[in-house]
Amino acid sequence: MNFPILSLMTFIPLLGMVVILLTKKEQENLVRYLAALFSFIPLVLSFILLSQYRGSTSQIQFVEKFDWIPSLGITYYMGADGLSVPMLFLTALLGFLSVIYSFGDIKERIKQYFAFLLLLEVGMMGVFAALDFFLFYIFWEIVLVPMYFLIGVWGHGRKEYSAIKFFLYTLFGSLFMLVGILALYFNVEPHTLNMMVLIEKAPMLTRGFQLLVFSAFYIAFAVKVPVFPFHTWLPDAHVDAPTAVSVILAGILLKMGTYGFLRISYPMFPQGAIYFALPIGILALINIVYGALVCMAQKDLKKMIAYSSVSHMGYCMLGIAAITVTGISGCVFQMVSHGLITGALFLLVGMLYERAHTREIQAFGGLWIKIPVYSGLMLLFCLGSLGLPGMSGFISEFMVFIGSFPSFKIIVPLAVIGVVITAAYFLRTIQAMFLGTFNTKWEGLTEISAREIFTVVPLAILMIGIGIFPSPLANMIKATIENIVHLVTG
Amino acid sequence: MNYQLLLPEIFLFLWAIFIFIVDFFRKEKKQNLAYLALLGIIITIVLVMTSQKGDLFGGMFHADSFSTFFNLIFLATGFLTILSSVEFTKKLPSYQGEYFGLILFSMVGMMFLASAGELLTLYVSLELTTIPLFVLAAYRKDEQKSSEAGLKYLILGGMSSALLLFGISLLFGLTGTTFLKELKTTLIVKFISTGEIGPALALSLIFIIAGLGFKLALVPFHMWVPDVYEGAPTPITAFLSVASKAAGIAAFLRIFFRAFLIVQVDWVLLLAVLASLAMIIGNVIALLQTNIKRMLAYSSIAQIGYILIGAVSASSTGASSIAFYTFVYMFANMGAFITAITFSNSTGSDEIKDYAGLSRRSPALAAMMAVFMLSLVGIPPLAGFMGKYYLFSSAIEQDYIWLVVVAILTSVISLYYYLGVVRQMYFQASPDEKAVSIAITPAFKTALIISVIGVLIFGILPHIFLNLANQAAAVFLY
Repeated sequence: MNFPILSLMTFIPLLGMVVILLTKKEQENLVRYLAALFSFIPLVLSFILLSQYRGSTSQIQFVEKFDWIPSLGITYYMGADGLSVPMLFLTALLGFLSVIYSFGDIKERIKQYFAFLLLLEVGMMGVFAALDFFLFYIFWEIVLVPMYFLIGVWGHGRKEYSAIKFFLYTLFGSLFMLVGILALYFNVEPHTLNMMVLIEKAPMLTRGFQLLVFSAFYIAFAVKVPVFPFHTWLPDAHVDAPTAVSVILAGILLKMGTYGFLRISYPMFPQGAIYFALPIGILALINIVYGALVCMAQKDLKKMIAYSSVSHMGYCMLGIAAITVTGISGCVFQMVSHGLITGALFLLVGMLYERAHTREIQAFGGLWIKIPVYSGLMLLFCLGSLGLPGMSGFISEFMVFIGSFPSFKIIVPLAVIGVVITAAYFLRTIQAMFLGTFNTKWEGLTEISAREIFTVVPLAILMIGIGIFPSPLANMIKATIENIVHLVTG
Repeated sequence: MNYQLLLPEIFLFLWAIFIFIVDFFRKEKKQNLAYLALLGIIITIVLVMTSQKGDLFGGMFHADSFSTFFNLIFLATGFLTILSSVEFTKKLPSYQGEYFGLILFSMVGMMFLASAGELLTLYVSLELTTIPLFVLAAYRKDEQKSSEAGLKYLILGGMSSALLLFGISLLFGLTGTTFLKELKTTLIVKFISTGEIGPALALSLIFIIAGLGFKLALVPFHMWVPDVYEGAPTPITAFLSVASKAAGIAAFLRIFFRAFLIVQVDWVLLLAVLASLAMIIGNVIALLQTNIKRMLAYSSIAQIGYILIGAVSASSTGASSIAFYTFVYMFANMGAFITAITFSNSTGSDEIKDYAGLSRRSPALAAMMAVFMLSLVGIPPLAGFMGKYYLFSSAIEQDYIWLVVVAILTSVISLYYYLGVVRQMYFQASPDEKAVSIAITPAFKTALIISVIGVLIFGILPHIFLNLANQAAAVFLY
């Protein structure tokens, strides 16, 4: 394996963006095909990545490293391990599928839309692949600009408000991370921004320093995940964004936060991880239960799914806070599973909204009679989201609970309440929208098209596949997770 | 006496006079003078890059890496300013040659300022820098605001020069010298013997900071900036916001990092506080602005705050980060102003709300403006981020974490108003009657392309200028 696969995966969408910007405004179909092509290539590369990855070791693989700005200690360092490989694959997959979905959704300023979408993919890939702090930070921030434009120009509702809220909130968090990065750089001899070296040197840092810098990074990652009470940007951004962008927001961007915890905060500041374990666990519990309760109160389908993300990410945080192999494995499973399931849910909501121009749950009824295929898919993913055994969501929630119980004997039983509430709001929604008497207002609804089915079927296959055969994924991540736990608990 | 060291300055000075003469004898086609001025600047740049290093007049004049670095900044800014003035001067009823000549004179003053090794030379250079600017600010004779701008600048500028001179005279009284290197040794001796700075030295420091602070638009000496920036012809505003600030920074670095380094413990904290005030006041008031020139005026007040963060490190890293940030700031700020000039030439408006829908009318122009705005916020991978990163790192190295926290909080605030322009361009629809694209003449195009390339490249490949900045700062190591 001697071609720079990670750099290719990261920068080919950038090339695509440049090519698209050079096309003429009228060549709409060309733009669409170019976007599909330039997001398909990283997907192919990610399959190669998956097949070439050796899960038996926690060593970084696919390394690309060379000096960039030596006078500031900055290197161009990309690499992947059991934590990043699933994320890279998920990014490539959801990136591609959202491009395909956007063919029907976006009707104006198409060139700029796909250009921004590809730029977004560059940022996300880079975050998961970068192992130098400066490089990581650049990709982390690159994500903000296209997101701002995508929500603000092609969104609905209060799109401008949601776009600027998202940008301000996330920038606020990221800048604290910047301070943390600089503080870390100057506190280590010799000065370096190489993440792997810094992980090795972590025991050298004083306890007080670890706690402080852990908190600085915590602010940045907590806004992204999002952890209560930093979550208020999420409902606005998710709901007002165009469908494909919501998919990427929920499916990938949120995972950048938990990835940050597992890649940076926990290995480098173990004292902070241990000291703050209980507060993080309690906040996770609030995410789970509070998020689920708020879902119960929602009348807008998209907003309900947005809040369900808050709730589901709570399971991730619970697993992380527990600092056990099973718990963190559950978190990583949930990262993948939630990306697949909620990504699909947002796609399906988008399809309905395109046809019905409303997202109000009570406005529908008995849709199964008119659009059975769509209804079946929706039911499938709702059941997956509530954690029905046989699907990936069950595996991840189960692992999180089993893994966290030893550490949090009271919190976990309370968190299980969240599962019950989740089932309640999803089943209630299905009953209100698809079952019962047919609401004749929707006589004209068209069934889901072949292209749309194409966007959700891969997600369904993976969701069920992981639910029935979790071991391939489990084996891929095992060595890396064990290493992380070992780094924290020593 | 190696007078060859003075060649760039002498050349530019003579070229300015040459332009006056050419203008005097020409009866028609005055536009050519802009290109004549540009040619002069290009030749000067070549002379600067090929000149030797050395001292003249017993140390009054230093030609070293520091002066080369800042000379390049001044010359590049002048180049971009004159490119963007082509349209403006075509419409001037009279005194077109004087316009270019005055800009060149001001640049000569700045070049002497960056090379100054002695306080009175510095003072005279500062005068040569600002007096042409007083006149240039009032150049729009048909606009009352322009005359007001010129007059305000003149009065306040004159007063601040007096403050600076008073501080210098106190310093001379204390130490018996105005040469910066000798000042340093004299102050070291005094400091070691008494262990503290006396009230006279403190007073002179305060007056010097006040005098320079005016030039830099440092809070609380910034009151003149919004009105002068709004009233002056926009190319001159651009020149003021970058070149005259860079000149002030060069003067500041020469004085404080050479002569006063030994007593740094006293002025470093003061500057940190002033920098915080600048960042807070500049950014918060910019939020309220509806005129793009005023918004950029307050933004530049805040940017000086960021630049002075580098001062607290009082080491060569600090000086280097200040130099590097000034350089990247030039590209983004000039770019923003040039876009504003291009826009107002076509539409006659400087109001932000008139930028609505620009992304549909002139996508390239809107995209460039967006890039400049984002660079000023400091979003990677643009040059502004690299500059801020370097500044923050030099401050954190000295454990001034609170200052960096102020900087990042105010950066978040600044995002809102910088994006305000982007929001108008991209999210709002343009009123139908104005659905015509903005005409961009070749001169503007060149200037904009230079600025955009600078912003895009130096965020990712800053090496050349980072090294130049490091070399420039190394001058202060001995």
